[in-house]
Amino acid sequence: MSNLPETTTISYLHPQGSFNLADHGVPTGREEFWRFTPVEKLTDFFDENNVQGSLPIHCVGLGALGSGTSLPTLGKGQVPRGTVLKPVDRTSAIAATTADASYLLIDSEVAEPIRLTIQGDDNQVLTANHLVIEAKPLSRATVILQYGGRARHIGNVEILVGDGAHLTVVSIQDWERGSVHLGQHEALVNKDSVYRHIVVTLGGDLVRIQNNVSYASQGGDAELLGVYFAEAGQHLEHRLFVDHNHPKGVSHVNYRGALQGEKATSVWVGDVLIRPAAQGIETYEANKNLVLTDGCRAEAVPNLEIETGNIVGAGHSASTGRFDEEQLFYLQSRGVDEAEARRLVVRGFFTTVLNKIGVEDVETLLMDKIDTELGFGSETGLDKEEK
Amino acid sequence: MTDRELKITDLHVDVETETGPKSILKGVNLTIKPGEVHAIMGPNGSGKSTLAYSIAGHPKYTITSGSVLLDGVELTTLKVDERAKAGLFLAMQYPVEVPGVSVSNFLRTAKTAIDGEAPPLRSWVKKVNESLAQMQLDDEFASRSVNEGFSGGEKKRNEIVQLELLNPKYAILDETDSGLDIDALRVVSEGVNRYASQGDRGVLLITHYTRILKYIHPDFVHVFVDGHVVEEGDASLADSLEETGYEKYLS
Repeated sequence: MSNLPETTTISYLHPQGSFNLADHGVPTGREEFWRFTPVEKLTDFFDENNVQGSLPIHCVGLGALGSGTSLPTLGKGQVPRGTVLKPVDRTSAIAATTADASYLLIDSEVAEPIRLTIQGDDNQVLTANHLVIEAKPLSRATVILQYGGRARHIGNVEILVGDGAHLTVVSIQDWERGSVHLGQHEALVNKDSVYRHIVVTLGGDLVRIQNNVSYASQGGDAELLGVYFAEAGQHLEHRLFVDHNHPKGVSHVNYRGALQGEKATSVWVGDVLIRPAAQGIETYEANKNLVLTDGCRAEAVPNLEIETGNIVGAGHSASTGRFDEEQLFYLQSRGVDEAEARRLVVRGFFTTVLNKIGVEDVETLLMDKIDTELGFGSETGLDKEEK
Repeated sequence: MTDRELKITDLHVDVETETGPKSILKGVNLTIKPGEVHAIMGPNGSGKSTLAYSIAGHPKYTITSGSVLLDGVELTTLKVDERAKAGLFLAMQYPVEVPGVSVSNFLRTAKTAIDGEAPPLRSWVKKVNESLAQMQLDDEFASRSVNEGFSGGEKKRNEIVQLELLNPKYAILDETDSGLDIDALRVVSEGVNRYASQGDRGVLLITHYTRILKYIHPDFVHVFVDGHVVEEGDASLADSLEETGYEKYLS
């Protein structure tokens, strides 16, 4: 039996995957899939002739990992490249057909996080990367992708999680302003494996991550977490698609974002498809947004497509709330000044998801971002000892 | 030299409603001296909580005239946190949930803000744990998010933990007895009595039942109706209220 998921997705909400560019029209913005995205700012992304190479992927600390990992390239058609990620839009199809894909193979238990930095220095040209991460059966690792600098970039990440493997992929979008990043992440979760995907989006003018998961067998566990902070003029978009195509899988989605400033925009679209075969699965997706000022816009769209009722549970929630003045009053009535009270509340808002993430880099980055956005210096000392 | 007292003089307060400002407090006069326990009693809707919240500076209420002096410092022009730093504390009837902020972080942040410097870590942790234990809250309580998922009793006990640790000059307790079972009422009352027994702190206890006054003995009782004090007396006034109710004040 093939290890691949069913090739035709019968979702009504999620596009069919295809490597053929001709199958993906140039978006107009009227498509359901693109309706929240300012496509007029992306015209260069839709023409494959604009791609001028890829961004270098720099491995930090890889030498210390010994023989457990290596980072060669995979040519077109060289498996496992192309076995997991089926491009669902034109930009992803462009990146998926670039000459060389980087290949991170994990075949053992790796204690320290593997850090891959993808750094741009030019936001006048379009670059495209295709990265394949394969966690062999029973391996364990955390991979941190750190995107930064200036770029116009398409970054695909194709992730194969082998039987019984535990893989955590953290993708940090910490671009300088003026950068644009589109990407499709797609994972195939094998039997009894645990896959955790964590998105942290803080920088860039426009970031749009399409994050897909499907299952190769029963008993896979996927946890998709995300935090983001949109400031004035930023468009941060996260789209998730979980395809429950096998029995007894689990998926939990939990994204939280804060918005502050004129035209700060966040988009969260969570689709979960439960196919007739997906008996006994369990899924829950949640998105929560905290709007700190006027002029922000947070879109939150949870979708469930349920084709079997014989499941453990399926649910979703999405909410967008303004800053709670009663919380401010309560803290201030204890002597805490308004700025510090705001910081406590915003930090607290993210705590639920941060505690689940449990990766120190992520916490530090996010807390620094909050402090910067709320007008604090990075060094305050007050919250350091809370461990 | 200014007098040490919390002095409320001819306080008028409006609340914003859909149909415009509505007058709630209509000239409140009340003076609380250090070492005194005052009880304000009155029927629902008489403006007791408005008095508490407007002194603390809740943005919903507008002080249209009058004055609140805390040891000579005019509170009504200060920000909410400045009033707390001046020595005021309000134990709330409905303490607010602050998700993701632990009780211990909250207490330390508040203590640091009030004192202007961080408390010495070791003795502070010990003090917090002692205070929690006295309120019959376990150590684990400190790692929970402030008021999130707390029972009614836990919320009120958490307010008294703050009262003891922040140790303000004057404390207003807004219906701290509401929603408490008999054991929790005793624990909370003991906490308030410990605070009051320092001898130089002022307590303003707002309630509409006499139940809590069996545990906390007021020096003065004020009957509050329609936005102002209509009668004053000693603890025996509370007893006669128990007999007659508020009816005779409502005409």
